[in-house]
Amino acid sequence: MNRTLSVKIIALTIWGLLLFSPFLFQDVRQVEVAARICVFIVLVASYDLLIGYTGIVSFAHTMFFGLGAYGVAIAMKQGDNTWGYWIVGALAGVLVAAVLAVLIGLLSLRVKAIFFAMITLAAASVALVLASQLSSFTGGEDGMTYSSPDIFKPATKLLTDDEGKVARIAGVRMNGKIAAYYFVFFTSAVMFWVMLRIVGSPLGTVLKAIRENEARAEGIGYRVVAYRTAVFVIAATTAALAGAVYAAWLKYTGPDTTLSFAIMIDILLMVVIGGMGTMWGAAIGATLMVLAQYYLRDLMEVASDATSAIPLLPELLSPDRWLLWLGIIFILLVYFFPAGIAGTIIRGRAK
Amino acid sequence: MLAGATEQNLNHMIHPSLSTRDLTIRFGGHTAVNAVTCDFRPGELTVIVGPNGAGKTTYFNMISGQLTPTSGSVEKDGVDLTRMSASQIARHGVGRAFQLTNLFPQLSVLENIRLAVQAQAGDGRRFFTPVAKLSELTARAERYLEATKLSDKAELPAAALAHGDQRKLEVALLMAMEPDIYMFDEPTAGMSLDHAPDVLDLIAEIKHDHSKTVLLVEHKMDVVRALADRIIVLHNGELIADGDPGEVMSSQVVKDVYLGNAGEMA
Repeated sequence: MNRTLSVKIIALTIWGLLLFSPFLFQDVRQVEVAARICVFIVLVASYDLLIGYTGIVSFAHTMFFGLGAYGVAIAMKQGDNTWGYWIVGALAGVLVAAVLAVLIGLLSLRVKAIFFAMITLAAASVALVLASQLSSFTGGEDGMTYSSPDIFKPATKLLTDDEGKVARIAGVRMNGKIAAYYFVFFTSAVMFWVMLRIVGSPLGTVLKAIRENEARAEGIGYRVVAYRTAVFVIAATTAALAGAVYAAWLKYTGPDTTLSFAIMIDILLMVVIGGMGTMWGAAIGATLMVLAQYYLRDLMEVASDATSAIPLLPELLSPDRWLLWLGIIFILLVYFFPAGIAGTIIRGRAK
Repeated sequence: MLAGATEQNLNHMIHPSLSTRDLTIRFGGHTAVNAVTCDFRPGELTVIVGPNGAGKTTYFNMISGQLTPTSGSVEKDGVDLTRMSASQIARHGVGRAFQLTNLFPQLSVLENIRLAVQAQAGDGRRFFTPVAKLSELTARAERYLEATKLSDKAELPAAALAHGDQRKLEVALLMAMEPDIYMFDEPTAGMSLDHAPDVLDLIAEIKHDHSKTVLLVEHKMDVVRALADRIIVLHNGELIADGDPGEVMSSQVVKDVYLGNAGEMA
């Protein structure tokens, strides 16, 4: 019980830091990282519903993420940068994601896990090809840039002081960037909270039962295919919503930011690092991975400079080799935290 | 004598709750269960005996939907269950415990039972209410924990239980489904002598609730004698004897196939 509590404390600390990050980290890039962490926590948590809780392996999660993002991007590019178009685009993306998830789910969740994984892989490949081929509509490989709603523009004054200038709180300008960040933060936090409710509900126990012993879950009266399809739809729509939110933040949507298999692999790594089937682990995994992607090179640059007097070491620590070191860190994490960080803390180090 | 005859007549007048008609399954050229027709009545505990490979578990699997019969039918209270999925059959009140332990290993003992309770209560689709707030579910699950003497192990994962306790949990899962038809497949297999009576007492209790129908596959003759109202014998997939325990166990045909002429059953 105490172990679960310590995982919750770590994850809530992360959320706490994210809540105050515009004040704690005032650099533009740092706020960018914080927003990315928020979105990826949701993305990873929704993927954990599938792989960790229900035992469904899907490679189509970035496709659903992309559907939400492209829905918003196309609506705001073709239409205008108003909330109306954001809502229309987000709803369209979520709806298409839900329909696709139902179709894929009902058609193929009866087959063995490996075939299901292959089917999702095929669907995701098709989505990627379509996005790059229908370039008049999707911007092709280059993607699309568009404006975000006016309230998110840096020139927007959320609060003004006596002279009509942008007010500052704790030295931070209350402009549109703050509004955009808190839009990302609160929508992500709400989605994460909803998923926590789901895994803590009777449905959550059924999902775990399906993962543990599908035949027996069926035997005590649960329609396994219906439950699997339902959770697949929940995960898909959540990913699509996260995509819609991220699209509003980035003001750019392209294959590399939403649809690519590199992101799919990132999500998989984040789930494994955080701990499958723990939900709270999503916050830990996503944070560590995003931080490593953004800051490992900087860190290595410093380390490389600091060791410049020593032979060989600066070469090894050269920022160009950051992927090598990311790999090493990953191997060490898996070795010392075989059930992921949250999973290993909860289950204890025994065995 | 007279009282016994009256009781038997009454028993036959009660409408069967579960029937199989010419139930047959073939795997390739092998007929595992061949045209078994049998009625099971409420308040009656039927023990199914037969040598290994006689088709007892296969017969069970067809009734509870793990296997789909090649031909024939299964009916419960006038509803045709033959082509239904295992989950539909479970929702129609046919509960099944398995011969090999078949639990949710990483979930706690309490969660295992709660799953069966919430399946029965139709609460599995509640996706937003924390389990902790559904105290009725937990209270019901705890009743079955107590009945099976597993209360002190409620928070352990099922995989951590000793074999005997896992068998008890298997029975608790079945009880928590609150079915009309209870199917036990060798409930005491591999259990130590001090654990087995717990399980047998539970089965006896279910039997005393006269609205329930109990089917039991069992090898141990003392168990059969203690519990059976009726015995049916399967051999090579066919029903070869059906009747009163004393009658069936002393019949020549049963001695021949079941004991391979080895001698007295008693």
